[in-house]
Amino acid sequence: MIDTLIGEIGHIFVIVSFVSALLAAFSYYKLTVSSEFEKEKWKSFARGTFYFHIVSIMGIVTTLFLIIYQHKFEYHYAWSHSSRLLPAYYMVSSFWEGQEGSFLLWMFWHAVLGIFLIKTNKSWEGPMMTIFALIQAFLVSMILGVVIGDLRIGSTPFILLRDALADPIFQIDPNFVPADGTGLNPLLQNYWMVIHPPTLFLGFALTLVPFSYCISGLWTGRYNEWVRPALPWMHAATLVLGLGIMMGAIWAYETLNFEGYWNWDPVENAVYIPWIIMVASIHTMITYRKSNTALKASIILVITSFILILYSTFLTRSGILGNASVHSFTDLGLSGQLLLYLLFFTFMAIIFSIKAWKHIPSTNEEVSNYSREFWIFIGATTLGLMAFQVLIPTSIPVYNAIVELFGGISNVAPPADQIEFYTKFQLWFAIAVALLSGTGQFFWWKKMKASDLWKAISTPLIITFLLASLVIVLAKITNLAYILLLTASIYSIVANSKILIDLAKQNVKLAGGSVAHIGIALMLIGILFSSGYSEVLSINNTGRLINRELPDDMNLNNIPLFYGKKYQMGEYTLNYNGKLMDAKGIPSLVNIRDLEDTMQPEFKIAKNDIEAKGKVYFQAGDTIQVFPENTYYRVEFTRQNGEQFTLYPRAQVNPNMGLISSPDIKKYFGRDLYAHATSIPNPDAEIEWGEATTHNLAIGQQFFLNDYVANLTKVERLTKIENVSLGENDVAVKATVEVQTDNGIFTLNPLFIIKDQMVGRVPDESPEIGVKLVFNNVIPDQNTFEISAQTTQQDWMVFKVIEKPYINLLWIGTILLLIGLWMAMFRRYRDFKLMRDKGQD
Amino acid sequence: MKKSHILALIVVALGVVIVISTAGDASSYVSFNEAYELAQGGSSKKIHVVGELKKGESGQVVGLEPSADKLSFSFVMIDEHKHEQRVFYAEPVPADFVRSEQVVVVGSYKNDLFIADKILMKCPSKYQEEAL
Repeated sequence: MIDTLIGEIGHIFVIVSFVSALLAAFSYYKLTVSSEFEKEKWKSFARGTFYFHIVSIMGIVTTLFLIIYQHKFEYHYAWSHSSRLLPAYYMVSSFWEGQEGSFLLWMFWHAVLGIFLIKTNKSWEGPMMTIFALIQAFLVSMILGVVIGDLRIGSTPFILLRDALADPIFQIDPNFVPADGTGLNPLLQNYWMVIHPPTLFLGFALTLVPFSYCISGLWTGRYNEWVRPALPWMHAATLVLGLGIMMGAIWAYETLNFEGYWNWDPVENAVYIPWIIMVASIHTMITYRKSNTALKASIILVITSFILILYSTFLTRSGILGNASVHSFTDLGLSGQLLLYLLFFTFMAIIFSIKAWKHIPSTNEEVSNYSREFWIFIGATTLGLMAFQVLIPTSIPVYNAIVELFGGISNVAPPADQIEFYTKFQLWFAIAVALLSGTGQFFWWKKMKASDLWKAISTPLIITFLLASLVIVLAKITNLAYILLLTASIYSIVANSKILIDLAKQNVKLAGGSVAHIGIALMLIGILFSSGYSEVLSINNTGRLINRELPDDMNLNNIPLFYGKKYQMGEYTLNYNGKLMDAKGIPSLVNIRDLEDTMQPEFKIAKNDIEAKGKVYFQAGDTIQVFPENTYYRVEFTRQNGEQFTLYPRAQVNPNMGLISSPDIKKYFGRDLYAHATSIPNPDAEIEWGEATTHNLAIGQQFFLNDYVANLTKVERLTKIENVSLGENDVAVKATVEVQTDNGIFTLNPLFIIKDQMVGRVPDESPEIGVKLVFNNVIPDQNTFEISAQTTQQDWMVFKVIEKPYINLLWIGTILLLIGLWMAMFRRYRDFKLMRDKGQD
Repeated sequence: MKKSHILALIVVALGVVIVISTAGDASSYVSFNEAYELAQGGSSKKIHVVGELKKGESGQVVGLEPSADKLSFSFVMIDEHKHEQRVFYAEPVPADFVRSEQVVVVGSYKNDLFIADKILMKCPSKYQEEAL
């Protein structure tokens, strides 16, 4: 029987949360515009409706999670995003794998932030929460799932499978429930994917806070007061969104096989652009806090960053990127609603800005070349152009859509080689950013004259040139752009370190900026080396092409590894020696040789005792639950200096014949070895055995099998064998053949049986070494045994290893950047709290 | 002229440079015939072609030929002008490839074969899925 009740409850929560968001928006609006006399009344009503809204959002979240958690596959969402054997922590990922769930995640964070803002604000609550509640109403409308005539508003996550699919089975049995779901995309079954989306959406949600402060300021005539409370929130948003972006980069690096962490895909660009603008807005806002300039710039940047978040939502979810990106969401038919959402808040912000513009204080006096305002402004402008350069090509699909809307034909496509195209520009912007972040700091902390400037920067410059020349010579950098980027980044590190040391003596709490700048500069150096100087180690020196059809660089940069045959790759000896699987209830991977298939791919039977770390976890005959999607390829590395380690790159063969390969990475401090399988044998292909050769062997006699040395060590009579009942006159004989490989001895046991005077032969085979043995006959007068052998290609994989130098600088830089933002956020929040408690929030 | 005006001029100039250079580096969506003519004309520029996989009567994909080792494959694509073309891709068949309702190939002609450097797929949205 299908459970329609829980979905109806969920849907009611959705409708209630939509209506309560609208009510809250209206009553917060009344609170903002009404007279002092009526304020109290509206305040309690507005808060009541908003809390009610929060409760219903939590209701939706809980209901949807229960549907997934309890495997209610009569619901499309559970069916298409989860499965019975999915571990509970990945069900959390199932929750936001779909568009609806990710919208919910976003609303959930808005609700949480809403509570926090109501608690911390005194005078801003009315206008701010009006905007919050309006945004929530728009977001809930995306999952509303209400149909009025031909108009469908939103896509509900509570749709039943039978309503979503037109499968004929539902005409036969409307109550049909599939036994299992289609599961979570295995690429998303990764711990980074459990934490990356919530972080990213918290970042999205946080950008609403400074935007709301800004619009509230413009609306209620507090044109400059909004900056102080908004500033810590802009830091928080930049911090969390930056963290979310970098988590995505790490996930891509560790899981996908494009051999990097950033691909300049439109979906990546869509969050990169607002993040850069947010960074620019922090700089103009702190300038304003110090010297009353740059208020207009701050307003423009804060509004732009939020609108760009909405724009990125539109790009990734409306399906408009369909022809341009590898991984946007599937189209739910929400493009109209998403466009309305984007345009509504864009125009709202523009109208408020135009109305307020002439009231906004600004200075007309010329800024000096030696003032910090001038330098910050140049920095913010550089960041703005940096974002603009990415925005233009990313928007090409939108440009096409607009031209076509007016009846034109546009066939512009994004640049074919995105990485090359964007790097060409962003590299120079990065050089400018590094130079400015170094120099700007000197102006920031001290009033400067031309003569002072030279005094301040001469020492850092000398240190920079010394360090940079050293690195350039040691690392043999010859590319001019790389030399400039390296020098500029080192300069930024030296200059900011000098400021950091000076500040640490006075008040280390003020040092957030210099820590963040050092972080950025380290990231740039890390990117420069890991991307610019990554090197393929797996050069094919076998003199054999892997495949004639492949382009030359594929044949040259990949090596074929055969099971049990060592391969010398530079200073490393590689040994591919096993396919393994992840199994439940055992701390290490299990060799597929030890497992026997059952009818279900998720369950295997242990062929012999399986131990890990000296403890037996499964005994022969035990049923083991495995995670069948991924196969791990064990490759042992032995370095000339004696160092040994093992990598387990993994691959899965998708039912649609795709090979999805994920790397394994050996981390050194100064470099990463990034290794992945670029090809594996087709697991479904029948093994084609070669012609049989017959060996006439005595006990202890050695012979060759597929280039391995083999030895018939034993022949013994069996008294019983499985599945066959032996009578008195029946005979069963087992031969033991040991095959020596680089991975130890493989034992094969073909059987020779005489039952009811009929001869039976049970062959034994090992696909790893490509050997199949048949026990043909016993020749008593010669005291020998006839064994025929068939051979085939041993198991193989095509392997690629890339060295990525100094990638750790990127990660260390990221951590420093986040710490710097964290320090600055706290400092700005303390400012806000102090003033609020004085009654001036 | 005030310094801020000079600055504004520089920013606008840089903006224009960015837009122009993007237009210069942008690729384009063309048909196979146009792509072929471009290649004949000596252009090695990468272009985008939008189309569908060739399907048989019962809707199954026809003409998909993975290489023996599954490292690469070729397939037949029909562009928006119903022109059929064999496309080679030096990567394993991507997941969901046969399910895609639309494919975009980025690449160029090499003799009579279209060599794709990148393949983008558009998969059916959930309201168009039909089978369990």
